[in-house]
Amino acid sequence: MNKAILRLFALVVLLFALLVGFTSRWTVFEAGSLRSNPLNRRQLLEQQRIPRGQILAADGTVLARSVPAGGGVFRRTYPSGGLFAHAVGYSYITIGNASLERSRNDELTGQRTSVNTILDQLRGRKRQGDDVLTTLDPKAQQVAISQLAGRKGAVVALDPRNGAVKVFASVPRYDPRTLARPGVFQTLSQDSARSPLLDRVTQSGYPPGSAFKVVTAIAAIDSGRFTPSSTVNGDNGVKISGVPLNNDFNQSFGPVDLTTALTKSINTVWAQVAVSLGKATMARYMERLGFDSQLPLDLPSAELRPSGEFKGRRLLSPTSSLVDVGRMGIGQDKLDVTPLQMALAAAAVANRGRLMAPHLTDRVVDRDGRTVQRVAPRTMSQVMKPATANAVGQMMSQVVQEGTGTAAALSGVQVAGKTGTAEIVPGQNVNQVWFIAFAPLDHPRIAIAATVERSDGQGGTVAAPIASAVIQSLLGGGG
Amino acid sequence: MLRPRNRELLALVPAGLLVTGGFAAIFIQSSKRLSDLSLTYGLAFLGLCVITHLAIRFVLPDADPYLFPLAAVLASFGLVIVYRISPTLARQQAQWYVLGLVLFAGTILFLRRHGLVVLERYRYTIATVGIAMLVLPRLPGIGEQVNGAYLNIKLGSIKFQPAELAKLAIVIFLASYLRDTRQILAGGGRRILGVEVPPMRITGPMLLIWGAAMGMLLLTRELGTSLMFFGVFVALLYVALGRVRFPVIGLLVIWWAGAYFISQHVGHVHERIQAWQHPFDPVLYNKVGGSYQLAQSLFAQADGGLLGTGFNESLLQLPNGHFILPVPESDFIYSVITNELGLAGATGLLLCYLLFVARGLKTAVLAPNSFAKLLAVGLSFIVALQVFVIVGGVTRVIPLTGVTMPFVAYGGSSVVMNFVLLGLLLAVSDRARREMASG
Repeated sequence: MNKAILRLFALVVLLFALLVGFTSRWTVFEAGSLRSNPLNRRQLLEQQRIPRGQILAADGTVLARSVPAGGGVFRRTYPSGGLFAHAVGYSYITIGNASLERSRNDELTGQRTSVNTILDQLRGRKRQGDDVLTTLDPKAQQVAISQLAGRKGAVVALDPRNGAVKVFASVPRYDPRTLARPGVFQTLSQDSARSPLLDRVTQSGYPPGSAFKVVTAIAAIDSGRFTPSSTVNGDNGVKISGVPLNNDFNQSFGPVDLTTALTKSINTVWAQVAVSLGKATMARYMERLGFDSQLPLDLPSAELRPSGEFKGRRLLSPTSSLVDVGRMGIGQDKLDVTPLQMALAAAAVANRGRLMAPHLTDRVVDRDGRTVQRVAPRTMSQVMKPATANAVGQMMSQVVQEGTGTAAALSGVQVAGKTGTAEIVPGQNVNQVWFIAFAPLDHPRIAIAATVERSDGQGGTVAAPIASAVIQSLLGGGG
Repeated sequence: MLRPRNRELLALVPAGLLVTGGFAAIFIQSSKRLSDLSLTYGLAFLGLCVITHLAIRFVLPDADPYLFPLAAVLASFGLVIVYRISPTLARQQAQWYVLGLVLFAGTILFLRRHGLVVLERYRYTIATVGIAMLVLPRLPGIGEQVNGAYLNIKLGSIKFQPAELAKLAIVIFLASYLRDTRQILAGGGRRILGVEVPPMRITGPMLLIWGAAMGMLLLTRELGTSLMFFGVFVALLYVALGRVRFPVIGLLVIWWAGAYFISQHVGHVHERIQAWQHPFDPVLYNKVGGSYQLAQSLFAQADGGLLGTGFNESLLQLPNGHFILPVPESDFIYSVITNELGLAGATGLLLCYLLFVARGLKTAVLAPNSFAKLLAVGLSFIVALQVFVIVGGVTRVIPLTGVTMPFVAYGGSSVVMNFVLLGLLLAVSDRARREMASG
């Protein structure tokens, strides 16, 4: 009998091993897939119990914070309302989260390495989110929003030296405080006429119009094929891809140098330059500037769309046979670009040809005030030689001094920029108007793109004043 | 070398520390300050254990020194976790422990006076009571259906799980019955087609017991309880025969066949099996009596990981105050433990059970006669099976059933009856070790 008892014990050991095996399966081996199971709402409920960290502007203004909602649960609130709605986003159990609230969710909920978690546990501390300090400037943001004055559009401004985004304005806005109310989110997301939830800075693709000539100028001069004083025939009606191209008001300029051609935004000149450079050269410089791929901004990748030539919803390579390179060179053809991408083009020129990766987060700080993560300036690419950047910068400053962008001129500060007016409905004066710029010319601290949808004005008259007001605010009011 | 009783006393210290430490952890987590109340609880628990220890010292001086401390560790484990879930339930649970220990003392005193023989003498009475207990929950008026299964009886405000009492009765009956028939069973039967078949007067009662198990499954609709009772019967049969024989294998096969047939035809059992096979099927998940519980149990364990979230840190309640995992204090206490203490804590708990079963089976090995041996095997093995059935249920090894975790889960009848079980086991052990020492 004793032998049988021993065998029975062996069976018990086997059964218990099976239990330990299955427990390991759920706690370790398949824990990941269990946590991501759509039926599993524990993570969401759990996160509700964690006080999320604050999101702060560069000057310390609280953009988002958590307040106790009773029962050990926290609720998100946005003290500055919709000021930075599209950059900060929202976080609610019912509708999920967006923008920085989504991309910085791990930091905001205090998701750390397990070693830290265990240490915190040993010290008996409840989990708490870290604060996210952004690079955003509320004063300038307010200026941008009041300058847009309810017109649909976007303004984005950043420091070209390190990529820190200062202004991130998209109009129409939404108030994140109201989103959790029943039906509000539904209504806003179905409002296709205004699309208030759409972040126009990174998600709207617009035709860039003549603002794109800056890109063509960069390619022309940096490739060594042209200099600012190279002359090209500026007559009206030059055939590009077999079809005559017109200048504004069908004006003919005769042979002009490139500086003049940029200052007066002469279409035929820049189209011929682009044709002469060829698709491959244009593609190389566009790629260095960030076109054709998702920009490395710290927002959720679903909220970032690439800029470039599009056929329907499909992104084309600039070397595709479907591309009319001459018209692309003046911002027409099938170009769809985001305001952020256009601001980066100005930023690359401003920072002596070195394009810095844009970012909204400056640093992440834990509850004890220790910086746990700092976003270091990172080079995206060396787009052009410093000499090229210098030359293109000079050309852009002429635009503001005596060309189409004089409305952006500020007293005491030299602004370099380029206007853009892309006709949306031919012949009806409905335009996508642009102004991209940087300032001050000698030691640039700001690069900016401002755009307004379906305007009946011009880039120089509508977008340039918006940009200059924001630049003035960012450079310290007086200018 | 320490004498056995001194070893037992020393082995109680971990249980006392576990209670003190566990309560301290929960106090710190919930109120951010250490209350000396945890020390009070710890001391009270330790005091209770010491009193019980003294009872064992006087009544059963030679009994196994580890069984009681292991039960105490398990009980303190349970008390801490139940307290974490609901302080009110923990207070009731503590009262059940006191009652359990009183009955424990009563059991060992009674057996000391009358000897184990008394159990053999009244085996048919005991068996009748046991079977009656299993039928009770099905009787209208006092029976109560929980989640489609019939496991409880309700007398006024007192709820009772008669299966816990039946468990003891049936093990005692089987041990004495198999002791009687052991020689005949092991004796040669006829060979049919090369397999040995025992004579009809043996197979008859065996088929009767099988029939009883199936009938019970039909009545209670509880696959787990049925598996537990039938498993212990087969195990005792195996130990009594000493060899794997046709009856053992045959019985397992017909149990499985019967269970399969019933599961196809009894709605509740069928649902449980479907939920077990497809816990994440959205239709089953949202169905009343579907796979919600099992899926939530697995989600809770996944949150535990290797080391767990820590005492008091797991997610128990939905924002509306309902438990996300139903009945966390009894059916799903293992999931809560895994959630808070991780794989490490859960394995530790299972190891405590394994040690308990090992000491129980050691007692059986040392036991001087067949009845004592079979009784000790039955008592130890049914604890092992019960743990397997409930932990296997919440970890999706087998379909989920509603048996309790011995000593750990909240529940009066379970706690009390398991202490009586411990008393029986210690009584066997005392005699075995004394005879071994003297002989």
